[in-house]
Amino acid sequence: MAGGLADRPRYAYAAPPELGQDSVRRAPIVIVGAGPVGLCAAAELAMLGHDTILLDEDDTVSVGSRAICWAKRTLEIFDRIGVGDRMVGKGVVWNRGRLFHRDREVYNFDLLPEPGHQRPAFINLQQYYVEEYLVDRVQELGRTDIRWRNRVVGLDVLPDGGARLTVETPDGNYRLDADYVLAADGVRSPIRRMMGLDFKGKVFEDRFLIADVIMKADFPSERWFWFEPPFHSGQSVLLHRQPDDVFRIDFQLDPSADPEEERKPENVVPRLQQMLGPDKPFDLEWVSVYTFTCRRMERFHHGPVFFVGDSAHVVSPFGARGGNGGIQDVDALCWRLAAVLNGTAPAALLDSYDAERIPAADENLLNSTRSTDFITPKNEASVAFREAALDLAADLPFARRVVNSGRLSLPHTYAATPLSTPDGDAWSGGPRPGAPAPDAPVQVAEGEPWLLRRLGGRFTLLRFVDDPAAAALGGVPDGVDVVTVARSGRPDGATVIDRDGTAFARWDAADGSAYLVRPDQHVAARWRTPEPGAIATALARALGRPAAAEARRAAGG
Amino acid sequence: MTTLKTDLNLTDADGFYERLIEAHRGLDGPASRRLNAKLVLLLANHVGDAAVLDEALRIARGER
Ligand SMILES: Cc1cc2nc3c(=O)[nH]c(=O)nc-3n(C[C@H](O)[C@H](O)[C@H](O)COP(=O)(O)OP(=O)(O)OC[C@H]3O[C@@H](n4cnc5c(N)ncnc54)[C@H](O)[C@@H]3O)c2cc1C
Repeated sequence: MAGGLADRPRYAYAAPPELGQDSVRRAPIVIVGAGPVGLCAAAELAMLGHDTILLDEDDTVSVGSRAICWAKRTLEIFDRIGVGDRMVGKGVVWNRGRLFHRDREVYNFDLLPEPGHQRPAFINLQQYYVEEYLVDRVQELGRTDIRWRNRVVGLDVLPDGGARLTVETPDGNYRLDADYVLAADGVRSPIRRMMGLDFKGKVFEDRFLIADVIMKADFPSERWFWFEPPFHSGQSVLLHRQPDDVFRIDFQLDPSADPEEERKPENVVPRLQQMLGPDKPFDLEWVSVYTFTCRRMERFHHGPVFFVGDSAHVVSPFGARGGNGGIQDVDALCWRLAAVLNGTAPAALLDSYDAERIPAADENLLNSTRSTDFITPKNEASVAFREAALDLAADLPFARRVVNSGRLSLPHTYAATPLSTPDGDAWSGGPRPGAPAPDAPVQVAEGEPWLLRRLGGRFTLLRFVDDPAAAALGGVPDGVDVVTVARSGRPDGATVIDRDGTAFARWDAADGSAYLVRPDQHVAARWRTPEPGAIATALARALGRPAAAEARRAAGG
Repeated sequence: MTTLKTDLNLTDADGFYERLIEAHRGLDGPASRRLNAKLVLLLANHVGDAAVLDEALRIARGER
């Protein structure tokens, strides 16, 4: 079989030029860890025009059974860095989940019940493909010095606020200074340990057997979850289809299960035969036994070091919030770093990273903790309530919302971020300040006919008008692009046409409504009709300059 | 006449469920059943309407 885990790429190590040098080079940004999160950061920063050095202790992509489900929001971020099509082209697209209890289907649900979005609710794609495609893209963008087999073994904060890294290579150690370090070094984060920082939370006792199975099977492209199926008594099972005829099957085991024994083929194969039937041919691609934890650091920003992805927070996989959440971390961080390095924002802008991503991590932790608790009930009462909810869920809609087999990853709304300007006008819908921009199909002169493709990478004023010949808007500050959504007329470079009104409806827009959208496609501010000066004030606030904004407002500007 | 609501009416279903399970933490079987019994009585009194309560009783007994 072509592709797959067996054929994963190996990347060449090259001796770094700094080896054996007395002087220490200083880089603006060093990223530690080339997992999905670190790679995504390198690509985003490259798109924003910034060179980085990316260090990874290994020389290949992720090995074994790890992330498979990539959420719509992640795909939208992948689109912005130019890898969305490749990911979606290879991945298995799915929107539907199906839930079984014992031997019957209880209900099924559509995660993206409305049409008019370019991307599906989810694709399934092995983490090793995601990393390989990201490496290819980072190399293509040509702004990242990727250094394989470069392990960070020391970190010191310098008196000037930067960081000094000690890096170990097959040819010896060298030192490297950085203005900023992105610690994308995974759940065991050596950098977190070097800095003596805590990682607190909850450890679940139950063990899960995770098998990636290669077989020809006609399971549809859906997420199937069983509570107490006849083929795995008393426990739960989760099934996903991946590309290349690989299926991910999670079996819940007892806390007392012996991980070494359980992962032996002679024990795994009978479990699978009970599920699939005795005659179904299959091969095992990978088998592991996991216990899950939900933890996070108290803060993610420590001087020159930003923790992103699993180094900052880790969740159980029910809900697919680990990798997806980590990618949103770097999406929030990279435009801030770029703005500070470009001199368009004060360094204080970086402080709002914690203000946004800690609540986001908490939302992911809360959801995955609740799901794991539901899946692994601990006492008579929790078993009885789960049983009751499953009984009722077949007929009663409310009970379906009580059953919890995983609350699947959605982007966080930065409800309390200091960067947003609170609404001053009346709105009955649309993305509120802090929320991610919703997609909509639009007619365009050139490129992809989707609204989200027009947003991101820079601040954009998204203006809604009935008539495309409407007068240009005054008071748009430098550094803000304008994209106009018109109800009719002909599209051109900066104007898209909302033929069927989907964009107007999704954004709760009327003639003259305008949204200021951040480089990460989250809304910063919105107006029914922006007053002169309002856009500049909102922009200043979104760039972490509230004091300057106040002064300008007081001066009547 | 009001009927029993069977569409989602809880404002935060997952949060309520978490607190419900948490309320049972550390209780043995009889204590846990007593807590549930009190809950039913409290909520039934709050609902008040006999027709609604009868419908809930029917559904809970599996007589649909
Ligand atoms: C069974 C399972 C299923 C999952 N399913 C999903 C899912 O469906 N969807 C989802 O979104 N998430 C899922 N996850 C979570 C997902 O795998 C992680 O959230 C994701 O890998 C985190 O990416 P990361 O880049 O932060 O860290 P990692 O992927 O762990 O990458 C860390 C990198 O840092 C490097 N590194 C470490 N130390 C050093 C050092 N000292 N110097 C240099 N480099 C170093 C490592 O080599 C590695 O490449 C799942 C996890 C598991 C275990």
